[in-house]
Amino acid sequence: MKIDWEALGSVFGVSLVVTVGLVALFTLGIMGLSRQERAAAQGGSAALAVTGAYACFAACAAAVAYGISLIVV
Amino acid sequence: MENFSLILAIVVVTALAFDFTNGFHDTANAMATTISTGALKPKVAVAMSAVLNLVGAFLSVEVANTISKGLVDETGIRPEVIFAALVGAILWNLLTWLVGLPSSSSHALMGGLIGATIASAGMGAVHGDVLVTKVLIPAIAAPIVAGVAAMLATRLSYSLGRKADGKAAAKGYRTGQIASAGLVSLAHGTNDAQKTMGIITLALVAGGAVAPDSDPPTWVILSAGLAIALGTYLGGWRIIRTMGKGLTDLQPQQGFAAQTSAATVILASSHLGFSLSTTHSVSGSVMGAGLGRKGGVVRWSTATRMFVAWGLTLPAAALVGALAEYVTGLGDWGTALVAVFLIASSAAIWKVSRREVVDASNVIESDEPAGVVTTAIAAVTPPPTGTVTEDLTATIPGPPATTEPAAPPAAV
Repeated sequence: MKIDWEALGSVFGVSLVVTVGLVALFTLGIMGLSRQERAAAQGGSAALAVTGAYACFAACAAAVAYGISLIVV
Repeated sequence: MENFSLILAIVVVTALAFDFTNGFHDTANAMATTISTGALKPKVAVAMSAVLNLVGAFLSVEVANTISKGLVDETGIRPEVIFAALVGAILWNLLTWLVGLPSSSSHALMGGLIGATIASAGMGAVHGDVLVTKVLIPAIAAPIVAGVAAMLATRLSYSLGRKADGKAAAKGYRTGQIASAGLVSLAHGTNDAQKTMGIITLALVAGGAVAPDSDPPTWVILSAGLAIALGTYLGGWRIIRTMGKGLTDLQPQQGFAAQTSAATVILASSHLGFSLSTTHSVSGSVMGAGLGRKGGVVRWSTATRMFVAWGLTLPAAALVGALAEYVTGLGDWGTALVAVFLIASSAAIWKVSRREVVDASNVIESDEPAGVVTTAIAAVTPPPTGTVTEDLTATIPGPPATTEPAAPPAAV
């Protein structure tokens, strides 16, 4: 019997890194949008925060697209 | 299709029935957190999941081929064996649904298949090492991997996102959850609908209707996809309630972290060639997310019941599968008897479930899930004293003593 510890280990590592990374990116994006919301409430704007937020969301969307491509192929 | 005998037709219908139970059993995996955090309305969530399951069924046939070409020796398998295996798997799925416990449909199917094969061809026909590497190890690894990832992600999300509030945050977490839940649904469609396709193809090969080593025919793909989508749409509300509310209380951040972790683990594992069960991954990630929030609680009594169910899945389905195979071996009347038994016990389970209906309208009510048998089990399990912290806004009522501890219906 051969247990593929290597594959299991890499599943663990990849899952951990990708999950934490994605959630971090997404949270950063949401923080950016919240900052913009607060700024807008005070009549200003936070262009940098919004740009950063959309960059984060774009990265997340790319990850989802990659996920779909994994399912399809 | 000149070789299409009656027994083959029975097997195909039973396989589709299994596919259907698989669908409503596993809706929870994709949608429980999305529903319990309110990101999607229950009906909308199951509809979306059903559509994605259907789409997923058409995306590839790789998993179907592993089933029909891997776990057991094709040679010497009769359609009756597959029928017996399916009976075991369906009954286990229905029983766990009745008590509202998530358990792996794939394990039920493999258990049934193993039991029926042993009864038919002896121990030698089952590849024991495949059993350990593909069933036991993944069952232990999946919740740990997904749980740790979800816990860390939740921690991070709360510490990073302290300043994230207001409308933008709420909308953002909602979208994020929907996206990751969609991924899980799609992956589920490709995985689980294909398991049924694999089984039907295995039966067709065994019955001589298609050549060995062939891909599933189109009508198989179509009907398997439709069966799983229909099951998903009807929604296994009991299991959704356990997964979304019973294990822990989820806030949107946690729901997002849990669902992202589950989607990642499922995709990474199938891509890296170490397949992990969807059910186990999602349950693990929900618990991890529960532990990740300060003051979050995991209801270990519910979790323990779930773990016990996981441990029982394979042997229980195997036992029923073996018995069913033994009876079908007695002749055509034996097969008929098993079919009648399957229909009768399914009807009985459904009837018992009507005593306490769980559907879209009450799936996210804050009551502890208390199914008929669950109540009975909960009565002997000590309550999680000490883990309930002051952070809980609502107190959990004790299990309502309305239902008498009924005997489990017609298990074997």
